[in-house]
Amino acid sequence: MKYKAFILFLGLALCSFQAHAGEPEGGELNVNELILEHIGDEYGWHVTTIDGHDFAIPLPIIVRSEQTGEWYLFSSARLHGGHAYEERFSISHEEAHKGKIVETLADGEVVRPLDFSITKDAFTLIMCSLILIAVVLYCARWYRKRQGHPELISPSGFIAFMELVIMSVVDGIAKPCCGEHYKRYTPYLLTVFFFIIFVNLVGLIPIFPGGANVTGNIAVTCVLALFTFAITNIYGTKEYWKEIFWPDVPWWLKVPVPIMPAVEFLSIFTKPFALMIRLFASILAGHALLLGLTCTVFLTVKLGTGMWAGMTAFSMLLSIFSSFVELLVAYIQAYVFTMLSAIYFGLSQVEPHHAKAVKD
Amino acid sequence: MALLTPEFGLLFWMLLSFVIVFFVLAKFGWPIIVNMVEERKAYIDKSLDEARQAHERLLGIQDEQSRLLKETREEQQRLLKDANETKAKIISDAKERAEVEASKIRAENQLLIQKEQEQAMREVRSQVAVLSLDIAEKVLRKNLDNKPAQQDLVTQLINEVNNN
Repeated sequence: MKYKAFILFLGLALCSFQAHAGEPEGGELNVNELILEHIGDEYGWHVTTIDGHDFAIPLPIIVRSEQTGEWYLFSSARLHGGHAYEERFSISHEEAHKGKIVETLADGEVVRPLDFSITKDAFTLIMCSLILIAVVLYCARWYRKRQGHPELISPSGFIAFMELVIMSVVDGIAKPCCGEHYKRYTPYLLTVFFFIIFVNLVGLIPIFPGGANVTGNIAVTCVLALFTFAITNIYGTKEYWKEIFWPDVPWWLKVPVPIMPAVEFLSIFTKPFALMIRLFASILAGHALLLGLTCTVFLTVKLGTGMWAGMTAFSMLLSIFSSFVELLVAYIQAYVFTMLSAIYFGLSQVEPHHAKAVKD
Repeated sequence: MALLTPEFGLLFWMLLSFVIVFFVLAKFGWPIIVNMVEERKAYIDKSLDEARQAHERLLGIQDEQSRLLKETREEQQRLLKDANETKAKIISDAKERAEVEASKIRAENQLLIQKEQEQAMREVRSQVAVLSLDIAEKVLRKNLDNKPAQQDLVTQLINEVNNN
């Protein structure tokens, strides 16, 4: 059973089925595993299971064999049901690489090969990137057509909405946070904001092209945080570096033991690290919460019809409420990530202010 | 802890897609939109400013208009007043002059009359003298011896002449 099955469940409940879909063959529903499986990444896109048949959309697996050094490209359907591809690549059930592709070497040793598979998350990322590019270029084209005629720029409908959001990032985040060179950072901030909010929202759609826990994957937030880290430090002013290595504190905090420089230096890394963890944790938690609520329906089947109906109604109500909260979180997390990035950029633009302080 | 260890493959795909999205949008997407919106903002600001100036000018024109109207009215009033004054003055002057003229004429007339009277008197007198002489001659011719009677007669004659 998958989280997306709650759509299916609504249909089933209407037909007064006895929640057959909720009972996996052979007994207990393992909620922990189910939730972890969903919020993690996977090869192939498992849509649902009906009567013991898995419906999954196969995705390409790209691996480099550790043994031969050759690259392999094959469909994830080849690994379905515990099969091994070329008797070498299979999905591990061991704790070390659970759910990942492992290669069984000739001597029986199990290793993790270099894995560039287009997994569910990678697929969602690529799809969202293409849609985002298309949408923004569509808007840009509308404006480009009216170049030199400012009196004609009065967008309506979707483009007006996009303009509203774009300008809210420019005027609400970039301008106040980044200082006078805000134009340098605007494209990055806009890209990050739209990327995060779009992927977040797609992740909230429970059926096929959506539902992947992408921004709740640490690899994704890690790349985003690395970008913020790199841009902050590349454009950092001389004064910014001076304040890190020779901050304006009593000398004994700097010599002989550089306590403050060490603290300041550490903060270069903790800031983007906090960005990475914040986005990852909030989206992950949101998905886990929605899944848990959905699973309540299937866990309470055994408690009798009345109890089950009551719990179902209750968990559905909570689930709907949480979905609304998640919509809010999708925006808030995108906003927070963008704004904190902008603030870090602004902080790296410090200009000397000591001379003035002394004069005063 | 699989959740907390970033997968290398996904890192790669994420980096690739984000870099592509970033560069495509930073080159062809955002700058156009943001610049055009700023351009429009400048245009709107300019238009508003112009409208404000035009409105101010209009107000100025209206002020000027009402001021001119007021001035014209005042001028009109003043002119009318002046005209009335002039009229009254002309009339009074004319009256004065007419009176002066009239009195002059009257005085001349009087003088003339007086002169004529005097002349008449003189003529009468000379006439009386002639008549007196005539009478006297006549009287003399008749009653030269009767002296009192002559005297009375002469006096009587003179009185008669004077009375005439």
